[in-house]
Amino acid sequence: MNESDDIVKEFLVESYENLDRLDRDLITLEKHPKDREILGSVFRTIHTIKGTSGFLDFDKLGAVAHVGESLLGRLRDGQLELDREITSGLLAMVDAVRQMLGSIEATGVEGERDDTRLIARLTGLQQPSEAPPKGHAAPVPERTGDGVPNIGSVLTQRAGVTAAQIKSAAEEQTAGDPRHIGEILVEQGAAQPSDAVAALRVQRAAGGPSASGSTIRLDVGLLDHLMNLVGELVLARNQILQFANRTEESTLVAASQQLNLITTELQGGVMKTRMQPIGNIWSKFPRTVRDLALECGKQVRVEMEGQETELDKTLIEAIKDPLTHLVRNSVDHGIETPEVRQAAGKSPEGRLGLRAFHEGGQVNIEISDDGAGLDQERIRNKAVQKGLISADQASRLSDRETVNLVFLPGFSTAEKITNVSGRGVGMDVVKTHIEKIGGTVDLQSKRGEGVLVRMKIPLTLAIIPALIVTSESERYAIPQVSLLELVRLEQRGGHQGIEMIHGSPVYRLRGRLLPLIYLSRELAGGAKAAESSTAPRCVSRKNDAPPDAASEGSQAVNIVVLEAEGRQFGLVVDEINDTEEIVVKPLSKHLKSISVYAGATIMGDGRVALILDVLGLAQCSSILAEGREHLPTEAAEAASGGRAKQKLVLFTGRAGSRMAVPLEMLARLENIPGPEVERSGNQWVTQYRGQILPLIRVTHALEERRQLPRGEGLMTLPTTETLQVLVLENEQQSFGLVVNQILDIVESTLEPQSPSTRAGVLHCSVISKKVTELLDVAALLRTGEAYEPTGSIQ
Amino acid sequence: MNNARQFCTFYLNHLLFGVESQKIQEVVTYRELRPVPLAPPVVGGLMNLRGQVVLVLELRRQLQLPERPPEITPICLVVRAAGGTVCLLADEVGNVVEVEEATFEPSPETLSPRLRSVILGVHKLEHQLMHVLDTDHACEVRGAGQLEAVEAQGGGRGLAV
Repeated sequence: MNESDDIVKEFLVESYENLDRLDRDLITLEKHPKDREILGSVFRTIHTIKGTSGFLDFDKLGAVAHVGESLLGRLRDGQLELDREITSGLLAMVDAVRQMLGSIEATGVEGERDDTRLIARLTGLQQPSEAPPKGHAAPVPERTGDGVPNIGSVLTQRAGVTAAQIKSAAEEQTAGDPRHIGEILVEQGAAQPSDAVAALRVQRAAGGPSASGSTIRLDVGLLDHLMNLVGELVLARNQILQFANRTEESTLVAASQQLNLITTELQGGVMKTRMQPIGNIWSKFPRTVRDLALECGKQVRVEMEGQETELDKTLIEAIKDPLTHLVRNSVDHGIETPEVRQAAGKSPEGRLGLRAFHEGGQVNIEISDDGAGLDQERIRNKAVQKGLISADQASRLSDRETVNLVFLPGFSTAEKITNVSGRGVGMDVVKTHIEKIGGTVDLQSKRGEGVLVRMKIPLTLAIIPALIVTSESERYAIPQVSLLELVRLEQRGGHQGIEMIHGSPVYRLRGRLLPLIYLSRELAGGAKAAESSTAPRCVSRKNDAPPDAASEGSQAVNIVVLEAEGRQFGLVVDEINDTEEIVVKPLSKHLKSISVYAGATIMGDGRVALILDVLGLAQCSSILAEGREHLPTEAAEAASGGRAKQKLVLFTGRAGSRMAVPLEMLARLENIPGPEVERSGNQWVTQYRGQILPLIRVTHALEERRQLPRGEGLMTLPTTETLQVLVLENEQQSFGLVVNQILDIVESTLEPQSPSTRAGVLHCSVISKKVTELLDVAALLRTGEAYEPTGSIQ
Repeated sequence: MNNARQFCTFYLNHLLFGVESQKIQEVVTYRELRPVPLAPPVVGGLMNLRGQVVLVLELRRQLQLPERPPEITPICLVVRAAGGTVCLLADEVGNVVEVEEATFEPSPETLSPRLRSVILGVHKLEHQLMHVLDTDHACEVRGAGQLEAVEAQGGGRGLAV
């Protein structure tokens, strides 16, 4: 029982592999119908499947393979010529075989199915020259021709079947028995089914030019185990090296150095066993593309480059579906029909390019087509129509940002939903999948010239370069993919460089405010949530001590600048140790719910360290708004009236009315002493970091200015009072917004509560239980500019 | 096969516990654990078991027993549970005992529901009772909040020495 189970299992594994090759071979054959070598290989594959299924009693499988074999036999013998029709028929047969194998794998039987139509079709295809051969009189294995030993002789050599038995079996066959020699022998009890299967394999190995004796199949579990052992060996080696360095014993030193070299090499070798060429998944695409193209009435040529580019097996699995999706998309939506293409002056045959290469420790995969490309205008309209962004945001998006909108959830521009794609689940799923494995996707498109999708995928998930940091004397690893830079604030500057916006620490990194997270406090959990932002506190520069200042005031501060989903933030850690290649070990599933950890690793000294999940950390400390609803650009987000939670800076205008601007637009908060304000033309300006910063007074820029006497207040320079200024950035333009008082930073969902009552205000909302106007910074800037010159002339 | 079953025994707070010996992968000496911030209190930390990172649970906390006094160096029972390999910390290992099904009795109703899910029942041994641990439940990590909720509605008594 067990033995035959094993045989079936082996048969399945082998057949799957062969079928994959078959798809590829058939597509090649369609282009070069005379290639006898490929024909021979295809024939042998089907022949083996047919033969083995006979032994294993899979009749339906055998029957389908049999007609396929007959058809192939005719092709091989030159009685027929391969055309598109026949290729389609053969591919259909391959599909049927694959289905049956799937069913055998799942249930042990071929399942209820009726293949008479397929069989009739395949039989019909043999027609053109003459009537279909009767019964099973198709090419028999003994006649395999090209130097392949016949099954009888193999069985004689390997299984001790006597020549007489074979002769009698052959006689039965000539007497009309439709079965194979092997089958007859098994039935007569002269040979075991396993022998017969083995014999068929020998037969195939002898004949198949591509069948290689230099490879073996291995269980992935075994490789993983080996990998673990090597990891352990590395640790043991490290200990021995440390010990050896302390002794004078030269033989030990020499031996340990030898051990060192061998271990390193072994580690590299074992790592390699997990690598697979990307061609393994690409090999399915010519078939996919061919079928799709036929279905859509298009002509598509697939070009591949870099099939040999290797990446980790788990990653290969992970990118399979996203890649397939993109390929289907290109053929279905990207490439036009031949008529349209010719009308556009392109060759009727479309090109689908797949390219893979290594770059900077990552694998780049590009999928390109020379189809119609994306229609930016339509994407914008669609996004607005679906309520994904506002019309205002849409108008600000660059072309590149626009095309990347297709990655938003719920976005699909397909006008007609086809069998193939355009069901609205699509590009966002692709993006999610790629990001899940630490990769990125980017899309470029020019109208009429096609689309290029570029993915960057890490080489392996098993071993990643990481930065080791210490917090509360425990070590943590941060994957380097999300690492931007390291900042160290020395003693004197120390905590003074860190400023507070209502309890949220920020650091000015080259003029931009970088929100900070303290790792120790994040990991202490809970406590910080209560402490922050209920009662509004005023912002004062450099007064509010950062939380740890009391205890660590004299120490330097280490900031790890990280990026998650396009947002930057700084992680404050006690110590930055080193960068290291770490082996990622999965965390127990009980700990999966703690989103700040991505896994664990074992350090050189044998201790366990936790790997931080940068995205989880950011979400946990609400640096990132929840979910994926935010938009691709900060600018768009800043102006959004969208549903995502936003951080807002609250302040008051002249009469104490509350106003807010999005925090993203805020570059800095400044207190500018009155005497530093100067006049330039009709504007207030100040010298700021070597530049001239225009100052707009919020009370003046809004309608309130009308209540002022002409000229008054506009040009009167402030005297001694210190101005509170929000330095805002809008589309690379900096300006200072002079406000009455800065109140708070809050996080709020911006549900518009009432439309704006005056120019320069987007809408009114209730924030922290009070009505607050959300300023339209761009409009403010425009009215400010427009107003000032004509406003008052001295 | 008769009804005899083999149990690997260990002590916690002077109580005798038993786990079916097939469920025990191995018993290893205590080594320094890597604490996991933000994890529920039953999580003792992570341990390097020959290159595998294994979750370590404080069985005393799981069973709501008093904290282990510092002078006791625990031992690590590596258990194959439904959720993967987990290491349970116990005070001391005992013998392997063979018991008949007949000596088994399910947990009394008065035990809190939380404990009843972890302790299947007791085997009446000659000199004392052996608590039979349900390894799958004993290796589960529940958030602190959940545990309190269960306690509140259960209202039963904990284990007494």
